[in-house]
Amino acid sequence: MKALYNYLKEVAFAFVSLANGLLLTLKYFVTPWKSIITENYPDNRANPSVADEFAGEVILIHDENNEHKCTACTLCQLACPNNSIQIISKQVETEDGKKKKVLDKWVYHLEMCTFCKQCIDACPQDAIKMTNSYELSCFDRSTLTKILNQPGSKLKEKPKVTAKVQE
Amino acid sequence: MENPIVTPSELKTEEFVVNIGPQHPATHGVLRVEATLDGEIIKDVLPHLGYIHRGIEKMTESLGYKQSIFLTSRMDYLSAHINNHVCALAIEKAAQIEVPARAKAIRIIMDELQRLTSHELWWGSCAMDIGAVTPFFLAFRDRERILELFEQNTGNRLTMSYIIPGGVMNDVRPDFVPKLKALIKSIKEYRKEYDQLITGNFIFQHRTQGIGILSKEQAISLGCTGPTARASGLSCDIRKLYPYDGYEKLDFKEVIDYGCDNWARYVVRMEEMNQSIHIIEQLLDNLPTGDYRTKLKGVLKLPAGEYYQRVESARGELGVYIVSDGGAKPYRMKFRTPCYSNLGAVKPISVGMKIADLMANMATIDLVIPDMDR
Repeated sequence: MKALYNYLKEVAFAFVSLANGLLLTLKYFVTPWKSIITENYPDNRANPSVADEFAGEVILIHDENNEHKCTACTLCQLACPNNSIQIISKQVETEDGKKKKVLDKWVYHLEMCTFCKQCIDACPQDAIKMTNSYELSCFDRSTLTKILNQPGSKLKEKPKVTAKVQE
Repeated sequence: MENPIVTPSELKTEEFVVNIGPQHPATHGVLRVEATLDGEIIKDVLPHLGYIHRGIEKMTESLGYKQSIFLTSRMDYLSAHINNHVCALAIEKAAQIEVPARAKAIRIIMDELQRLTSHELWWGSCAMDIGAVTPFFLAFRDRERILELFEQNTGNRLTMSYIIPGGVMNDVRPDFVPKLKALIKSIKEYRKEYDQLITGNFIFQHRTQGIGILSKEQAISLGCTGPTARASGLSCDIRKLYPYDGYEKLDFKEVIDYGCDNWARYVVRMEEMNQSIHIIEQLLDNLPTGDYRTKLKGVLKLPAGEYYQRVESARGELGVYIVSDGGAKPYRMKFRTPCYSNLGAVKPISVGMKIADLMANMATIDLVIPDMDR
């Protein structure tokens, strides 16, 4: 008799526990808006909810005069773990006859980049930054190798404050 | 053609070998388990590794110390912050770098949030292996909120490379603390839903209680750590035994259960989530101000010697052993990952059980395959 009682008790407990779990499912079935965290992705392209700090594609910052800050010091190239950065520099003779190393091509291999932010961290000039872009897929692999400095861009001249301080 | 009549006494029985994996949803990765079966009873279990071996330890030898950190987040991708943390701690120990108080606090908050995401994902996938589908969606919903916070503050969702030698990569956003407070409040509510849905479930209890017994002696001899070993009554929390980065100042319990079965491992992980929330709450109200990192030289060189550092990952003891010859690149970097040791427990707890229990056993040990293979 006791065995039967225990058996029935167990069956009752099983039904109660299952109903308890299903109650939660039912709660979300009638109030589905409470748990929605997904987004209608291709429809919300105009203003996607991506954080400003999201680490996407690397770009070389250019100002309105088409000038950048990269001095071709190759620190980012050394810091990159995947060899996805290639700095090609050239020797240029300045007006006063001195030879100077300037940036020729800032080659960025997006296909090898893992977005680890080591290059941004290594740059002493803050010349590069990461954008929020995440739609990086394409049909042709060769389009992933990019030259980041715009044609005709040149190094931003530093304002000559040292002479004024000496005066 | 006539069918010969076979009497039951003439039927031959033989052992049958079933390959589970490498592409099987229950192994959560590319692990092949060779199970020898006698009918439905498991006679032998032999796991095969090597399907996702990437040679991370060898790759670190051709990279600098700073660069090898990003590789460690690819080992155990569900606790990437903790993987970065152990590497950073070992390098700091070797180069004797002081870390600011703010960086230490941020590191612990990120570690515990990572432990929460890892355990939430484990909860969903464990329930799914046992047969419930709804928890998986609830777990991903809650994990998503924490990953969003990671994305806002570290820049990445899964492989952060955020904790670096000398501190953290960048400071947290000004709205980090209020957002995290709101998040913690909602996580506490959701924890009740987990209990309502699965912990009290009759079927789940019967599938886990008394199944997959791992004794304390076996856990010690196999080198099991983390929640797997703590469920067998072994005290092995590195945060308590060898505290690092200010865990000694915090108040939290080491969760130990003496049940030794799948249910005990479930209970330990669920309680650890509560403890993680408790740790974060202590740090939130008095987050130290000041620097978030010590600026280091571009190329980091460690003095020649051998260094070992361990932390408590979401799955157990994670250790890194660095041999330096004084150069800019490590001579050898060896990782002692928790999943590889915990995998050894699959055979002793599964032999003699039914084939369906093998999935439950592997689920409660919480295996992450890239962590074993590296």
